[in-house]
Amino acid sequence: MKFRHGTFSYLPDFTDEEIGAQVAYALSQGWPVSVEHTDDPHPRNVYWEMWGLPMFDLAEPDGVLAQIDECRATHPGRYVRVQAYDASLGRQSTALSFLVQRPAQEPGFVLERQEGSDRTQRYAVRPYATNRPAGARYEGG
Amino acid sequence: METPRGFGFPPPGQHGPAAAEAGADAGEAAEPAPLADDAELDLEADEATARVEETLEALDAELVGLASVKRRVREIASLLQVDRARGQFGLSSSKPTLHMSFTGGPGTGKTTVAMRMAAILHALGYIRAPRVHVVTRDDLVGQFIGHTAPKTKEALARAAGGVLFIDEAYYLFRPENERDYGQEVIEILLTEMENERGDLVVMFAGYPDRMAAFFSANPGLSSRVPHHIVFEDYDHGELMQIAELMVAEENFRFDEGAREAFSDYLTRRMRQPRFSNARSVRNAIERCRLRQARRLVALRRPLGKQDLITITAEDVHGSSVFTEDAEDEGNAETAGDGGGSGAGEGAAG
Repeated sequence: MKFRHGTFSYLPDFTDEEIGAQVAYALSQGWPVSVEHTDDPHPRNVYWEMWGLPMFDLAEPDGVLAQIDECRATHPGRYVRVQAYDASLGRQSTALSFLVQRPAQEPGFVLERQEGSDRTQRYAVRPYATNRPAGARYEGG
Repeated sequence: METPRGFGFPPPGQHGPAAAEAGADAGEAAEPAPLADDAELDLEADEATARVEETLEALDAELVGLASVKRRVREIASLLQVDRARGQFGLSSSKPTLHMSFTGGPGTGKTTVAMRMAAILHALGYIRAPRVHVVTRDDLVGQFIGHTAPKTKEALARAAGGVLFIDEAYYLFRPENERDYGQEVIEILLTEMENERGDLVVMFAGYPDRMAAFFSANPGLSSRVPHHIVFEDYDHGELMQIAELMVAEENFRFDEGAREAFSDYLTRRMRQPRFSNARSVRNAIERCRLRQARRLVALRRPLGKQDLITITAEDVHGSSVFTEDAEDEGNAETAGDGGGSGAGEGAAG
């Protein structure tokens, strides 16, 4: 099951060139860009691990692409995303966030039902991958 | 994206060439077909040529002397122009490496030429933006183990698509301290400079003798820098021309006496230690302005435009250069007042 996460998630996966173009757009807006990765792709897991610090004062996307490549090489089996943060007053939030790598095999999610009081049902979503311990969830870690 | 890739992104290591191929295909589709074998191409008609000519003319007009540097810049510009023309005939050749080293005394215009060079390289489409990122040792070398690589990479990222100008590059290498992190910077720079696909141009600048030592200690670096450009020191006539240009730029002018006095000043100043060419001239002019302002205020009368723009011999003669000489000759009273300017002379370098 393909994990649909962030902007452009219903488009075909981006090539490096397309990623570069998106990053160039973010930089042209004055948004510092950072790279993050995780092996816990829960929709409510908003805090992914940072790959290095956010990159400030860049003019061209080459530096970001180099960081993305490094992150992919270190974590070939993890989800990697690019975040662009808009620091302007009144917004101060993530302006753009999209996936740049996903694991080769994505087992998907399980819907868990919990019996509550008075026969109420509570539902939860959990990635199958989290059955295994962190770091061993996807091939290549 | 004609064929869906199914799951996932291409694994690391494979995406590079694939992306490059995709880019090349797209580029060829957009460009016109290569010219026929018997076609002729007028270099003058190329719109990039006009922009390059403009920059080269500005270089000629604004920079005095430096004949060998200008010739070299022209050669490089021509090389890139011809390369472009070859590209239009479909003749592919490897991208020329344009890393440079600028060696010359202080104040000989290394940084200024680097800016112009960036404009030319941009006009010819070699780099993406006419941007020069100036760094020194501080910006590249870290303070503890593991700090250097990220710092250098950050500088490279900021310079991407433009020019990385490393001022006083010889500080990167400290032979007396074998644990110095400068060596690491040089290694990272080397890998980046080897990168064929990158369009980053690295320029090293520094004083001639120390740069020679730097390059001889790093033969790998030296061999990857094809263009070694030497900036000669200016002679007296050129310095006078520079002074005139600077004065005119600031909307001042020398009167006759002042011109002679300044010429005399330069002769004396060039004999002194720490003379740094155009930079010394600029500092001298700044101090002349200071003395002119003091003279004008002391006049205590209404001032006309001529008063405000004229630098007189008196303003020039106030310099401590004259004082020191006079003192050497044991005749201090001809010196005028050199009091206010003495402290500035040492800072000229």
